[in-house]
Amino acid sequence: MLRRLLSYSFAVVALGTLCGLPMTPLHAQRAKLPRTVAGKPDLNGIWQAMTTANYDIEPHDAKPAMALRPGPVVPIPAKEVLALGAVGAVPAGMGIVVGGEIPYLPAALAKRNENRENWLTRDPEVKCYLPGIPRATYMPFPFQILQSEKAVFISYEYASAVREVYLTNPGPPETDSWMGQSDGKWEGDTFVVTVTGFNDGTWFDRAGNHHSEALKVVERFTMIGPDHIKYQATMTDPQTFTRPWSIELMLYRHVEENARLGQFKCVPFVEELLYGRLRKTPIKP
Amino acid sequence: MNRTKTMMTRMAFVVAGITMMSATASAQGAKATAPKPRKAAWVVPRTPDGHPDFQGNWSNGTMTPLERPAGMGRALTPEQVVAMEKIRADTVEQLAKQSDPNRPAPPKGGDGSTGAAGNVGGYNYFWIDAGDHMATVNGERRSSIIVDPVNGRVPALTAAGRERAAERLRAYRKFGEYDNPENRPLAERCIMSFGSNAGPPMLPNYFYNNNYTFVQTKDHVMIMTEMVHDARTIHMRPVARLPKPIRPWMGDSHGRWEGDTLVVETTNFHPEQLFRGASDNLKVIERFHMVDANTILYRFTIDDLTTFTQKWSGELPFIKMNQLIYEYACHEGNYALSNILSGERAREREAAAKPPKP
Repeated sequence: MLRRLLSYSFAVVALGTLCGLPMTPLHAQRAKLPRTVAGKPDLNGIWQAMTTANYDIEPHDAKPAMALRPGPVVPIPAKEVLALGAVGAVPAGMGIVVGGEIPYLPAALAKRNENRENWLTRDPEVKCYLPGIPRATYMPFPFQILQSEKAVFISYEYASAVREVYLTNPGPPETDSWMGQSDGKWEGDTFVVTVTGFNDGTWFDRAGNHHSEALKVVERFTMIGPDHIKYQATMTDPQTFTRPWSIELMLYRHVEENARLGQFKCVPFVEELLYGRLRKTPIKP
Repeated sequence: MNRTKTMMTRMAFVVAGITMMSATASAQGAKATAPKPRKAAWVVPRTPDGHPDFQGNWSNGTMTPLERPAGMGRALTPEQVVAMEKIRADTVEQLAKQSDPNRPAPPKGGDGSTGAAGNVGGYNYFWIDAGDHMATVNGERRSSIIVDPVNGRVPALTAAGRERAAERLRAYRKFGEYDNPENRPLAERCIMSFGSNAGPPMLPNYFYNNNYTFVQTKDHVMIMTEMVHDARTIHMRPVARLPKPIRPWMGDSHGRWEGDTLVVETTNFHPEQLFRGASDNLKVIERFHMVDANTILYRFTIDDLTTFTQKWSGELPFIKMNQLIYEYACHEGNYALSNILSGERAREREAAAKPPKP
């Protein structure tokens, strides 16, 4: 199959050359990257992943709902999400985990499966909690990279999450946090960010994939064209995984005129869920 | 002097009425550094495109209140400043003492003191960083942030403004203050900072974490307010203004340079974030000007003549801080809101269980 694809692309290249169409090989695209005054790739912009990874970073088939219960014939949507119909269904996805599977330790795998069974009550996204890294990158919301000669700052639409990527390492994190402490440096044209100091509260997706507070994430932002960033992240967490593992996905620039980051401050949206039972007159279900 | 002292004691406890909330990993260690003496050789740092470079972390914590207390002039005398700052320092010293581990439980209903540090026992002063200096602007020590009108007070409301205030009060009184989560203040719900920290206008909260991060790119100026990790992105290139139905919590900010002054106009405020009872027409104009290596002079004008009988303006310094700002994850640890509501439900159950008075 791969050979057939390769020969097909050779044929396209040959055809393009024959017809005199301009071809844009990767190195030529890289040469045209937007660059800062200091000559680094200019990552400024509004970016978004186009993937179903936030449902499940592993390869997954479509299913009727995030939360299921046994039906007489096949599983059916749990009653909490039934009314959403097709809107609440899960689209299939190839996943973003390199190699397809997260190398869990046995106990951590059991916890993942338990998380999955209890998705509605356990997923931090359901409660509008800060998303952590790398999940913030591929949630179904854009984010904005603000890059100057002195600073790199990422502002996320979801939950108004933020992180400053320190260009001068301030030393080990003084406290744990949801978004971690990000230390960035350039390796050639790749911006490499090491994130440590996490708590164990964030997940990787809506499928219960989790980590401990020992997690270290090394992210690599590589611009492969003016409007595309290849994003790779390697997770190391010996309390949860048998070995380091990686994800890989593409980030797309919002190129539309007047593109801007919206605001999704979801805290007020989950107050009924979190506190509704404590109202003076609780709303009847 | 006595009068000053009373006022300052009140200001020291301006945290009264702010209900405690849970906040993890806030920047308690991050106090503003004192401004260094101005060097004659100081030149404005500039970004590659030639504009003043405000990047870094800043604090607008101060003791100076928004409105001028009665009987004071705009400029405080050195004696007044010394007296006020001493009262604050003494209060801090008193409240920062170690708690006595053998102290008895506070009396039922609280000890009568107010504020987050008092009553039934809350924060001790270790957690509080309310500002310990009166603001200095152009060498003048200020009694209020408001400078226009000249009396340093928020101007009177228009008839429409008064009607809207009355309507808000009627809506507020339809509920008890603990009936629903929506009846609690925004800060307690972890939606926005105390007071108008994120603004605009960006004002001190007289409590803690009055800290900001500025990042400047060629197209944007981003200001992140520590509480509640709110990044406001100011558009420096022409971008269509938001349509009327879109009203972000901190509005829609568009900036320009007037010489070395950054001027920002903000409209489209969220309906629950209209400063001091302003209308949907509220426009806030902010001006940022770096006056020395450690100071940005921040000026703002409130433009809403449907609410206030005149435009009004204030000014205060943002002081450079050479410390990190930590994550202010508020909602994630907000046990307090559940506890506040369930406490009231428990009180209602107790009241209902009491036999009726004969």
